[in-house]
Amino acid sequence: MSQPTPSRRSFLKVSAATGGGLLLGFSWLTSCESDKARKANPELVMPEEWVTVNAFLKIGDNGVVTIMSPNPEIGQNVKTAMPMIVAEELDVDWNNVVVEQAPLDTDKFERQLAGGSQSIRHGWEPLRKTGATARYLLIQAAAQQLHVDPSTLRTEKGIIYHDDSSRQLGYGEVASVAATLAPPEEVTLKAPADFKIVGVATKNVDAKQIVTGKPLYGMDLQREGMRYAAIVHPPAFGQKLKSVDDSAVKDMPGIQGVYTINAAPEGVEMQWSDVNAFPNLVAVVGDNTWTVLNAKKQLQIEWEQDSDPESTAGQRERLQELLLEGKAEEARRDGNPEQAFASAATVVDRIYSAPFLPHNTMEPMNFFADVRADRAELVGPIQTPEFLRKTVSGVLGLPEEKIKIMMTRMGGGFGRRLYGNFGVEAALISKAAGVPVKLVYSREDDMTQGTYRPEYLVRYRAALDADGKLIGFHVRGTGAGESPVFANRFPAGTVDNYLAENLTQSSNVSTGAWRAPRSNFIAGAEQSFLDEVAEAAGKDPIDFRLELFERAKTDPVGKDNDYDAARYAGVLELVRDKSDWKTGDDARGVAAYFCHNSYVAQVVEAEMVDGEPRVGEVHCAVDCGIVVNPEGAHNQVEGGIIDGVGHALFGAITFTDGVPDQRNFDSYRLIRHQEAPRAIHTHFADSEEAPTGLGEPSLPPVIGALANAIYRLTGERVYDQPFVQPRQLRG
Amino acid sequence: MATFNLTVNGKAHTVDVDPQMPLLWVLRDELGLVGTKFGCGIGACGACTIHLDGAAMRSCSLPVGQLRDEAITTIEGLSENGDHPVQLAWLEHDVPQCGYCQAGQMMSAAALLDGIPNPEDKDISAGMSGNICRCGTYTRIHAAVKTAAEKLS
Repeated sequence: MSQPTPSRRSFLKVSAATGGGLLLGFSWLTSCESDKARKANPELVMPEEWVTVNAFLKIGDNGVVTIMSPNPEIGQNVKTAMPMIVAEELDVDWNNVVVEQAPLDTDKFERQLAGGSQSIRHGWEPLRKTGATARYLLIQAAAQQLHVDPSTLRTEKGIIYHDDSSRQLGYGEVASVAATLAPPEEVTLKAPADFKIVGVATKNVDAKQIVTGKPLYGMDLQREGMRYAAIVHPPAFGQKLKSVDDSAVKDMPGIQGVYTINAAPEGVEMQWSDVNAFPNLVAVVGDNTWTVLNAKKQLQIEWEQDSDPESTAGQRERLQELLLEGKAEEARRDGNPEQAFASAATVVDRIYSAPFLPHNTMEPMNFFADVRADRAELVGPIQTPEFLRKTVSGVLGLPEEKIKIMMTRMGGGFGRRLYGNFGVEAALISKAAGVPVKLVYSREDDMTQGTYRPEYLVRYRAALDADGKLIGFHVRGTGAGESPVFANRFPAGTVDNYLAENLTQSSNVSTGAWRAPRSNFIAGAEQSFLDEVAEAAGKDPIDFRLELFERAKTDPVGKDNDYDAARYAGVLELVRDKSDWKTGDDARGVAAYFCHNSYVAQVVEAEMVDGEPRVGEVHCAVDCGIVVNPEGAHNQVEGGIIDGVGHALFGAITFTDGVPDQRNFDSYRLIRHQEAPRAIHTHFADSEEAPTGLGEPSLPPVIGALANAIYRLTGERVYDQPFVQPRQLRG
Repeated sequence: MATFNLTVNGKAHTVDVDPQMPLLWVLRDELGLVGTKFGCGIGACGACTIHLDGAAMRSCSLPVGQLRDEAITTIEGLSENGDHPVQLAWLEHDVPQCGYCQAGQMMSAAALLDGIPNPEDKDISAGMSGNICRCGTYTRIHAAVKTAAEKLS
């Protein structure tokens, strides 16, 4: 049995010592409609009465348990996995569990955020303690009722047994007493060997609702008296609103009015999540979505230039000049890299690039807002509800406690919904129009107003001695608004002479986090480069990496290396064995990467179809510690691989004088069914380490593995993403 | 504005809308059938796929004024109890991640299997090529279509 100490960054304020067992009458718990709850078992009979045990738990009189899911669900499946962790320590039958999405409630929950693949990692210990504390209190209550010592009781699937007297009580029979008891100072957690729910493949709790088309998403929300809103933003980055003539629109049938809004007014404190190139917008409010999307095209709007327009044409040359000539910030230096390169027998020197990428969640941005004089209610798809509330509070001049925010299931996030400008806009439109509104972006609005993945450029140099030993390594990166370089990641720590440098270029194109930020580019570049260095050293690419990891294990260079070399090497060995890797394979490439606290290695097979690269079979090894839900874990890893392959092959948004050249899925190419890998085999490392997340880690390395496979297949290296180049990037 | 009589999932509806309004928005905003999703508005992503007399169509590009008296089927009407073989196969393979595109994927799959009861891989790829999934569930969708075909035979 283990008793972990409380984590400083625990996301749950309710711990065993601070009120986990208090009877708290949360109005939103009792107001939740039971038909919105997701039954793990569709045949479940709902109880007549619920007892609220703590912020996460309600126990019904018939033993049915409701577990709140506090974090936003963007498709990463935390709505299933996080309640599984509570259920495990509570020791209930998963078939008797109902899951409900919690609203934003910072008094009861911490870190209600979807980002960085951190929900499971941060939630693991607090969620276990929540379940274990409730179980402890239920046992205490049963002991009182049975007049026995609590240590003589055991639990199994929601039943408390007193074996000596052959008596038993269901959780539902003692919950009301348990909820009045003082919580313990400490609770004992299960040993991983005793897990019955964690580690068992468990279906998505929303799956039945999804396959039957039930309203789940922000886009689906409908309220009595609600109007619909659409926005118009400047057509080009670098432009802002000058004037609007709404005479052709304001009297159209079905149109209530046209409003101009400012989502970033002077004097209002903005949050990190308020990335928005176009705060001044024109909004049309009317009777239905189509009417407002149609009417906004008739607005006569004048725009004015605010900053210089940027174009993709010539941008590569500008970035490359900066990369090669600019003054860099030194992020890490070990040994004497200059001397190592001067004395090298062989130097490998390569440059890699990648373009801006829009997020393209399948559900376009949208939000519902009902703003009144003294309060506001917002409902919709948001990865950062707490930050949205702060900004909405500022722009509306309402205290935060007067603003309610409910997160809907999201039709994808990938980082786009970290930046809640659409929620702020909905609130301002509702206020201006004096009615509840649902703001809906068209696909064109969504794609041309992004917080895009920045374009990046990185130069790698490696110095090898006459024996093919890596004696020097240099990485120097730049990008729009940020450098993609992580100075302390592999191969830092494995080379005596190492230098990492950053340069940034300013851009008026708005950028932000995109699934596995920075890693989504740098992993592919680094792993392609190491493949080439291994080749120059005359070594198998897996053996070459394993030798480096051996150095990091036995005699690491520097102290700040932010990876565990044994786990890193472990996934590489696992994928080597599972894929039956052979040196000199003529169509397969390998890569490994560590990001978002999980280790991934992949072997990818390339094929050519109609003159374009495709992926055949993929083997993927993952070390994410304990796998909470193998079903969801496999799905996330597969999705990350397909998403990574798709964007590496096709993804790019380009600009002409600040205007995005791609506006919808006719001109923007997302990977399609027939272009996906033929088969993906995922192998999880056996581990009792605390679990880490999987929403991102499988994406970055597959880009490198694919690049290396394309080289094996065609004999040509690919350095510039996307590997299938659109006209605008061919120069 | 004009009045239109529509038969959706076997039920008669009368709506008074602009004849140019795409069926997608009639279903979603006028009839409250929000299972059919808005993805692109130009028939390029497949999220809005419905059946018109059994054939898969993109409802975002279908003005309501162009409809005759075709039977319209949406995801809500694919089966009465959510037990169409395609829906069961989707559950069995735990296909959805975010889930937003899946109604359209399933409507395409059901129409595909209606025409080709025992599809080969290339048939599935061709039949499903119009439906985008950003989460990357294609391999699961592919397997689920095969399972649904087995359930149907």
